[in-house]
Amino acid sequence: MESEIASEKDGTKEAAVVAKYKRGAKTSLKGIVNKKVKRQLVEKEVLFEEAAVTASKVEQWLLPSEGGYLEAEGLEDTRHFSQESIVKEVDVMSARKAFDLSLPDLGPYVQDYNRSGRYLVLAGRKGHLAIMDWKQARLIMELQVRETVRDVKYLHNELFFAVAQKKYVYIYDKKGVEIHCLRDHISPLKLEFLPHHFLLASVDKGGVLRYQDTSTGHMVAQHRTHLGRSGVMCMNPYNSVMGLGHSNGSVTMWSPNMSTPLATILCQRGPVTAVAFEQAGLQMVTGGMDGKVKVWDVRKLVPLHTYFAPTTPKSLDISQKGLLAVASGSKIEIWRDALTSKQVKPYMTHRLAKAAQAQDLSFCPYEDVLAVGHSTGLSSLLVPGSGEPNFDTYVANPFETVKQRREAEVHSLLDKLPSELIVLDPTQVGAVQRSGKENVLAKSSLRREANIANAVAAGKPVAVKHKTKGRDKPSKRHRKKFTNVITATRAKIAEQSAAKAKASQVKPVSEDNDSIPRALARFKRKG
Amino acid sequence: MKVKLITRSEDDFTRERSQDLQKVFRNLDPSLHPQERAHEYVRALNAVKLEKVFAKPFIGALSGHMDGVSCLAKNPRHLNSLVSASLDGDIRLWDVAYKRTVRQFPGHKGAVRGLAVSRDGEHLVSCGDDCVVRLWQIPGSFVGEATGEDVDVPLATYQGKNAFRTVDHHWNSSIFVTGGSQVDVWDHNRSEPTNSFTWGADSIVSVRFNPSETDVFATTASDRSIALYDLRMGTPLRKLIMQTRTNMVSWNPREAFNFTSANEDGNCYSYDMRKLNRATCIHMDHVSAVMDVDFSPTGREFVTGSYDRTIRIFPYNGGHSKEVYHTKRMQRVFAVKFSGDGSYLMSGSDDTNIRLWKGKASEQLGVLLPREKQKHAYLSAVKERYKHLPEISRIDRYRHLPKPVYKATKVRHASDDAERKRASRKRAHSAPGSIPHTPARKKRIVAELE
Repeated sequence: MESEIASEKDGTKEAAVVAKYKRGAKTSLKGIVNKKVKRQLVEKEVLFEEAAVTASKVEQWLLPSEGGYLEAEGLEDTRHFSQESIVKEVDVMSARKAFDLSLPDLGPYVQDYNRSGRYLVLAGRKGHLAIMDWKQARLIMELQVRETVRDVKYLHNELFFAVAQKKYVYIYDKKGVEIHCLRDHISPLKLEFLPHHFLLASVDKGGVLRYQDTSTGHMVAQHRTHLGRSGVMCMNPYNSVMGLGHSNGSVTMWSPNMSTPLATILCQRGPVTAVAFEQAGLQMVTGGMDGKVKVWDVRKLVPLHTYFAPTTPKSLDISQKGLLAVASGSKIEIWRDALTSKQVKPYMTHRLAKAAQAQDLSFCPYEDVLAVGHSTGLSSLLVPGSGEPNFDTYVANPFETVKQRREAEVHSLLDKLPSELIVLDPTQVGAVQRSGKENVLAKSSLRREANIANAVAAGKPVAVKHKTKGRDKPSKRHRKKFTNVITATRAKIAEQSAAKAKASQVKPVSEDNDSIPRALARFKRKG
Repeated sequence: MKVKLITRSEDDFTRERSQDLQKVFRNLDPSLHPQERAHEYVRALNAVKLEKVFAKPFIGALSGHMDGVSCLAKNPRHLNSLVSASLDGDIRLWDVAYKRTVRQFPGHKGAVRGLAVSRDGEHLVSCGDDCVVRLWQIPGSFVGEATGEDVDVPLATYQGKNAFRTVDHHWNSSIFVTGGSQVDVWDHNRSEPTNSFTWGADSIVSVRFNPSETDVFATTASDRSIALYDLRMGTPLRKLIMQTRTNMVSWNPREAFNFTSANEDGNCYSYDMRKLNRATCIHMDHVSAVMDVDFSPTGREFVTGSYDRTIRIFPYNGGHSKEVYHTKRMQRVFAVKFSGDGSYLMSGSDDTNIRLWKGKASEQLGVLLPREKQKHAYLSAVKERYKHLPEISRIDRYRHLPKPVYKATKVRHASDDAERKRASRKRAHSAPGSIPHTPARKKRIVAELE
């Protein structure tokens, strides 16, 4: 009995894994008359099913690494485990991943990991920039730019990073050489890099969102948000749409193709202080000045859950495995499985030493590590189960050699997506859509039919459109009048005759009933 | 507490020695590969553009003939040997790889109209305007360039009464069939035809044996007919009369009962031998008479050479060509052949040259590495998936055409449209049912005779 239940559960689990690798539902072959097309579709569906099953088997058997976990035993609770206790229990290599950089003089720090998680760039408010290979605790470059630095972001490689300085955006090399000064980005507050499109996005004090192509150097789009200063920006990795948080509590979604937002959601009461997107683009988390952290379904734009942060959440981040980190004041809370279901308590908590105020959170990709940039430096915390254990060499390789990095750069440039393909639903690329002309024609024909129906209902004569384009002979116009009138009155006549027929049908039954007096009704033969 | 973190040992993920290959790990989780469709679209677009960049189909020309090339014959046994004949009676055996003449077979006094090689690759049959059919021995191996000294003497000479227009050799035995004023069946050892057929009083333009049903052959005649004959029965089977004359017939090597005919009106008509009352497919794209048609050994495409100076490659079941080859120097194309391995085409034309072309214009020749093969396979699959999108199909469909052909195509489309409109208006203004719809596949067939 138990083994049956267990095997049933396994079956559903396997089915769930196979479903993950299917891209959408099976096409229905019902209405297809063309035998050639039908045969091709049947063959394709068989192939897709095979591919999904093989991919699920690869996941089950062939992946080299396993994920991390943290389990409490007995009466313990995982949220009470301190970083020191975790570091004591864990192996030496992992213990080295937890460290604290004490940099109290140069302002609150923001940080960014590169795509493979091997390199870390940090920037202090007072102009301190540093790149380090954090796993080997090796400092690669240190630079003082002598200007306010608000944000830092890696570009497509570990060789280049962009810095949002006081006036403009600057791009620096790995050696600290200033390569570009992007004068079009004025007083930038936040930066984001879209890796598939090679676009650098910045939002500034005037609420202007700018997209610049870093491979060709062109400015692709400049959108005025008309919603004031917003220093809150996050990219949705699923469709490369930019989510901006505003001081009126709304979050707007932007793409470089439209000068108006793709979507607007009123998220918080009060200004939005943090936004984060889940990796598969299913959920979005927003934090507001009111201390609430809300989880939204970003595909349907519907609220899911609400959590409370101790104070205003300054920063949010979601890891590859769906762990949510909330930084409020000097307390950092990490919630597990909090996006799909409502959790009662956090998975882990951490309080920064000496009441340092947390500034920025970043989960390291492919590692169980969370970097916290705060007012007195940088802390690297161990968060078991947050990172994706198995990387794909062609997406991001933490063990990349120089040759592999160069090849990857060339391949990614060849595969660079045009900015026109940034839409809310990326599965629509290559799908069949009704053309604009067809849509307009359909609408106009529907409108005309509705007008005629209304006119008939009101008993009015149907007005003829005085079309002057093309041949408009008076005889034709006159003839059109008659056709309209005929159809309108014909419809009326048809209705009336139908009503009459109904009425005449009903009559015999009632007459029958009326002829017999009521007292003798019970003696009436039934049937 | 139980705690474990992600640990990766560098040894497991990097190579040991510099001679080893780099280690590659894949994770197929869709959340790690976002925007797949967009990436595939970009790759398809780049692939289609690169295909146009690498489309260089012309390989070389075999020059040596003094007059226009009238027919070609390929050797079923040797891929690199080709026999060609010209309108001044010159027959040459070529080594295609080195583009040189290996042997000449002089003897014919007028134009040579037909060439056929036996299946064992030993014998060559030629017929011409001088009313003579000659049987030659093809040398087994090629030694040096052709000089005037190695003059070949025909193994046998067969005299006929009238000029011969065409010849084809049986696929299995030592029988060959000629066509001229009548269809004659010959044997190598007999000096008179063993059998003769006449059906109607017109000249036979082409004869082709079926490679699968080896005793069946098709002939085309000047009375606009295609006739099927069977050697075992010794009688003609069926005759199909069309509106315009058929210049050549080619049998599909993969499907025993299907053949394609090259017609004077610029179209090719594919028929099923068992059901001749309608064509299975009409292949339209040439603007002038189609002179020759030959199937690829894969049976999935065929090549046509036309009087309009172009060569087109059609899919076996598609109505329009997928490739067109032309050069300023190539004049009217009289003969085309697909090579024995299906990768190359040979075309003989009026300008005395035989040209070699690639079967696929952007194909990379030579031995491909496994990685290259995989890449080509992936790119063709991705192009296939997105070929319906306008940006990609616009680039894929584009072929440069010579101005006269381009203009003629436009004129033809305009006249076809006008014809269709006229017919539909006539039908709209007549009593319903008085003008029946004839499907295009039946329209060009006048009669079917038994």
